[in-house]
Amino acid sequence: MTDTTPADVGFAPPAEVEEVELYHAKSWITKYVFSQDAKVIAIQYSATAIAVGMVGLVLSWLMRLQLGFPETFSFIDAADYYQFITMHGMIMVIYLLTALFLGGFGNYLIPLMIGARDMVFPYMNMLSYWVYLLAVLLLMASYFVPGGPTGAGWTLYPPQSILPGTPGHEWGIILMLVSLVLFIVGFTMGGLNYVVTVLQARTRGMTLMRLPLTVWGIFIATILALLAFPALLVGGVMLLLDRVLSTSFFMPSIVLMGESLDYGGGTPILFQHLFWFFGHPEVYIVGLPAFGIVSDLLSVHARRNIFGYRMMVWALIAIGGLSFVVWAHHMYVSGMNPYFGFFFATTTLIIAVPTALKVYNWVLTLWRGNIRLTIPMLFAIGFIFTFINGGITGLFLGNVVVDVPLSDTMFVVAHFHMVMGVAPLLVIFGAIYHWYPKITGRMLNETLGQFHFWITFVGAYSIFFPLHYLGFLGVPRRYYEIGETAFIPASAQSLNAFVTVVTLIVGFAQLVFFYNLFRSLTKGEPAGDNPWQATTLEWQTSETPPGHGNFGDELPVVYRWAYDYSVPGAVDDFIPQNKAPDETTGRSEPT
Amino acid sequence: MSIIDKLMVKPWIADQGALEEQNGFAQPAKKIALWIFLAVVSVLFSLFISAYFMRMELADWRPLADPGLLWINTALLIVSSVALQWARVSADRGQFSGLKFGLLIAGAATLAFLAGQYVAWQQLIALGYFASSNPANAFYYLLTGLHGLHLLGGLVVWGMTTNKLMGGSQVDEVRVTVELCAIYWHFLLLVWLILFGLLLAT
Repeated sequence: MTDTTPADVGFAPPAEVEEVELYHAKSWITKYVFSQDAKVIAIQYSATAIAVGMVGLVLSWLMRLQLGFPETFSFIDAADYYQFITMHGMIMVIYLLTALFLGGFGNYLIPLMIGARDMVFPYMNMLSYWVYLLAVLLLMASYFVPGGPTGAGWTLYPPQSILPGTPGHEWGIILMLVSLVLFIVGFTMGGLNYVVTVLQARTRGMTLMRLPLTVWGIFIATILALLAFPALLVGGVMLLLDRVLSTSFFMPSIVLMGESLDYGGGTPILFQHLFWFFGHPEVYIVGLPAFGIVSDLLSVHARRNIFGYRMMVWALIAIGGLSFVVWAHHMYVSGMNPYFGFFFATTTLIIAVPTALKVYNWVLTLWRGNIRLTIPMLFAIGFIFTFINGGITGLFLGNVVVDVPLSDTMFVVAHFHMVMGVAPLLVIFGAIYHWYPKITGRMLNETLGQFHFWITFVGAYSIFFPLHYLGFLGVPRRYYEIGETAFIPASAQSLNAFVTVVTLIVGFAQLVFFYNLFRSLTKGEPAGDNPWQATTLEWQTSETPPGHGNFGDELPVVYRWAYDYSVPGAVDDFIPQNKAPDETTGRSEPT
Repeated sequence: MSIIDKLMVKPWIADQGALEEQNGFAQPAKKIALWIFLAVVSVLFSLFISAYFMRMELADWRPLADPGLLWINTALLIVSSVALQWARVSADRGQFSGLKFGLLIAGAATLAFLAGQYVAWQQLIALGYFASSNPANAFYYLLTGLHGLHLLGGLVVWGMTTNKLMGGSQVDEVRVTVELCAIYWHFLLLVWLILFGLLLAT
């Protein structure tokens, strides 16, 4: 590794990245509705995801009302409750988090951060959004068919998911499966775009190791999604055929109400393997973009280079690879071969190594940093706490002997909500506060942001900490009501009521966030091009919000990595990636 | 630099990853996208085949008949793959006639293959191999159907390319697309040979 003087890099060879022919919208419709501009598609993706996420939020209220105050609400019966659970889970994991991170943030940030004018296949990108929207509409349509949406649980386990007795077994399950297939088709179109854009469309000087970690996180997560979603497609299509054509891929012989059904010989465990071969990588499809984004938030707002950049990249890749060999830890109680449990517990614990490494690096990035407690920073620090919490309970559950008694309790609910619900959501909020000034040209209101953060953060802990405890007591999950048991004390019920009240408050507090989003569009403080004094390319555009084609006449040329903060000897405490070495006196030093 | 070397670079050292370095692969973006897509499709078929093997172990599995027609279909698909390869080579050499005939033969052979697959379905149904009566039958219809759908998708691109060529486009304008079609057809031929082998062997 030799050092050279800045003069050596003064010569820049002709651009290897070809200037692309941009599609220019000719009418209002092609500019804002059927747009091929990644930034518009990103807004469309985000708005749709957040809208459907609000449905998911209301469903969680309804569930909590039932759990907190059983036998109080006549409009919730057992079938409704199962439909709430199913739709809440599916909406939040797939239609909100996956779509928002990859379709929303991916579309907005990838081209801007790598110095490209747009995605490489803009038309396919547009198609991806419209197929996604169709998938969402089909899912919502299941509220309007006879029998309502499916109540099979978000895992859709056969045989119960397609048998009478489960709500929505008539039409709901069919719409759910078709909607998932469409989602996967739409996502594959988008995902090919994100991956190829990162590989091929980087601007001159933007080597792989100069990519901001946000792009790395989204890139690896997209590869995971491309390889994991086919498993859901396979399981979904076969389940659909079992339901529609009475095949028996998964269905064993069943006697229902004294009558034996046409099914026979199939194995439900096969579905579970397929589902979780998708389902576990899905955790990281949601997690890795959050890891990447939070790394950048911490670095920018602590005015400090990210600690151990290369380790962070390698850890993302390692987590991505390992996530494909841990799936059966979701199936310890499914009756599979017990020796599998040993293998999958081992791989599950190994995945904690690169994950812990990331946590240490986040904390060490803060160490002796010039921390600015902006709203994005608050959310980023909140994420670290929450992720450690949720991650450690994951280590408990990764062990077979601990998992077996806890598997069907609220402890599991608390664990996965902390680690893949609250933690990524905190990053999403932080990211919105961070990039909103670039998207709109205006800052979000700080006071409202403080209020939003503290209510959300403290609220999330008030909701999910008690659930861990309830889980230890043995309060089962998935139950519509517990009734009287010998082992659950009456006080558990008052805790349940408390959780419900907090859920309502936190949910309503999100209205403040939405008010802030809309109010700041017109009334927010003007942000300027680079309000956070960040180094990455999206902050160096000539106009804010960035125009069509992102960067004025010429693409930026990248001379350095994304983390030149507080470089000794430099004029400012940050050096943008596109600043040539002779424009600054400072040099960055390794940590 | 190999990918490992690229990932070993210390980006905080100023001159590393200098401007001279080529970003990405020296291939058109479409070709990279096709390779990634083929990886996705490979995962899809691999998972179906894994499910096939797991389901096959169970007691109720009854193998279905192998229609002799499938040998003819296989020959047709090979013809289409070879014809597209011919079209690809002709396009590289700038020969219009070879390109045109290659494309037309490939399209006709593919359509004949799909028709043949449909007839094979009809024959099996006539013999009483219904999808719902045994998982072996269900897998057969599912896998051949999925393979056929992928070919249909390829035929859409084939149709647009052929149409463009007949509309007076230059050979150079369709060269990349023809190359991608050829790669895709070879891949689907390979998938079909694996599926057919699976059917014959089980």
